[in-house]
Amino acid sequence: MADLETRDMLLNVGPAHPAMHGIIRIVATLDGEQITGTDVEIGYLHRGFEKMSETVDYNGVIPYTDRLNYVSPLINNVGYCMAVEKLLGISVPERCQYIRVIVSEISRITDHLTCVGASAMELGAFTVFLYMIKAREFLWELVEMVTGARLTVSYCRVGGVKGDLPEGFAEGCRKAIEETRKVLAESNTLLTRNRIFVDRMSGTGKISGDEAISYGITGPFLRASGVDYDVRKDCPYAVYDRLQFDIPVGTRGDNFDRYLVRMEEMEQSMRIIEQALRDIPPGPIQANPETGRPIPAAEMVDQAKVGNIGAIADRRAVTDPTLDGAAKPLHMHIAADEKRVFLPAKEDTYGNIEGLMQHFKLVMYGHGVRPPKGEVYFPVEGANGELGFYVVSDGADSPYRVRVRPPCFAIMSALPKLLIGDMMADLTPTFGSVNMIGGELDR
Amino acid sequence: MTAADLIQAIQDRFPQGVRAAHSYRGDATVIISRESLIEVARTLKEDAAFQMNFLMDVTAVDFSSFGKKPSPAFFSSSGVAVRPSPEIPDRERWPGPPGPERFAVVYHFFSLPLKHRLRVEVPLGDAEEADAEVDSLVSLWAGADWLEREVWDMFGIRFRGHPNLKRILLYEEFVGHPLRKDYPVNKRQPLIGPVN
Repeated sequence: MADLETRDMLLNVGPAHPAMHGIIRIVATLDGEQITGTDVEIGYLHRGFEKMSETVDYNGVIPYTDRLNYVSPLINNVGYCMAVEKLLGISVPERCQYIRVIVSEISRITDHLTCVGASAMELGAFTVFLYMIKAREFLWELVEMVTGARLTVSYCRVGGVKGDLPEGFAEGCRKAIEETRKVLAESNTLLTRNRIFVDRMSGTGKISGDEAISYGITGPFLRASGVDYDVRKDCPYAVYDRLQFDIPVGTRGDNFDRYLVRMEEMEQSMRIIEQALRDIPPGPIQANPETGRPIPAAEMVDQAKVGNIGAIADRRAVTDPTLDGAAKPLHMHIAADEKRVFLPAKEDTYGNIEGLMQHFKLVMYGHGVRPPKGEVYFPVEGANGELGFYVVSDGADSPYRVRVRPPCFAIMSALPKLLIGDMMADLTPTFGSVNMIGGELDR
Repeated sequence: MTAADLIQAIQDRFPQGVRAAHSYRGDATVIISRESLIEVARTLKEDAAFQMNFLMDVTAVDFSSFGKKPSPAFFSSSGVAVRPSPEIPDRERWPGPPGPERFAVVYHFFSLPLKHRLRVEVPLGDAEEADAEVDSLVSLWAGADWLEREVWDMFGIRFRGHPNLKRILLYEEFVGHPLRKDYPVNKRQPLIGPVN
């Protein structure tokens, strides 16, 4: 037996493999079942985000940012807009900041639900996947309520957000959180002490805190290795410094700790949403008794057509608050007080010459938002870690350079380190815990 | 450390290497010469005064068309030119691109223990003069590996001492470096699969 020749085996996994969510190719060198080397090939979803950003105006980049991390697009919107606002030197009203925090945290929960659910499914726990997708559905309904879209939200604008929170959002949000808590409790009983799940997850894909830092890994992946770095705590932005929340930190840096950290982070995100809903300064959505009963816009038009002005004189029309600039009173709470950045309310655009000029100065080709020459880097805590935007302006209407620091790029570069020494079957849980998002990785 | 203190500390430590420094919107930036990059990076990482344990990002900017964008805002049918809005006035002054060179490699460092960030820029000449080359930081941060490969892929800037400098997002047969300003945005190239 001793003189039999042994050779390493090359096994190609991907680019499209049923046990991997995402288009990536891993060429693994196997000695028996043990992985002795990997070659990771990415770039299958490269769409030239950074090049395209240089060709459109500042607000035109926002739809592209939706397509970076498409599981939590609202965080990308917030990160990009805050970077440009830093470049412009403006700040947004408090209510707008709370709205941004709320939508970011909803997105973080959807991202973690997808990550945990999908990696559980790949280990055979299909029930958990269905439960978690059910919970994600409740949250995406909220996102749909606020932004009008589920995936390609484009909700933030430079200097504000597209529209205020819709009526009934707070109640809907509380209900969705309640449902999500139930799902998490169920999933917890199904997974956390499940022998099969624990055996596959614990001890695999290990990385120490120092190694993770050396790779530039951030987010839940780093925290599972025992380093408590969170942009929301260490470099607080928006109103995170006013909210109470804890940063869960793991100890062993393996797949199981990453699962536990993500589960706890969802709970903390819900805590943040509850506090933000409690503390958010009231907007005009709350009824204003002086203007009387708001009436539907169509009814108002009908009354005006027959000349019944008295019936509508002091009334407010009920318009869809998610419409861009649908109502003037909404504007002062969600948009920065800078006329050269944010579109005026539609009433002003149609109603007076200043509003009309302001509108056209912003939408005309070659005009638009023109930040001063400069460069800024702004990090936010994405679902996978530090999501940074580096924006350079040369004073023109389109960005000179937009660079996004994708959090899962750093984690993917550490993939060989995570896999080598483990069994081939450990590739699936390790890759699942990386939570690779192709749009963000390849841009 | 505040941005100003940080800049002062680095300038004191490297009087030769630091070409310029500024703080804009609270972001501390130092512009250093290419020769001193490794030394500065090692000091930033290992010195107790800086403790920059994270290399957050490596990227580059091609400054060849900076501020040269023509203003398209006129009505071609009438010939009436409309001046675009003036820049929003700025209380802080940004001193402009880091140098007359075409490229700048931009590093973002972060210190977790001391919670400060620093941007380091290394101006580089044009690749045609075989000049766009800078030392690799892979020996100090493992994460620099992929980030530097991406800069090579997108800008054609080479990293001296990189163990595996090949394209990462694009394929090997791709001609040119797309984030250079002279690469047309609508240029198409045939898609070729990876070669084993």
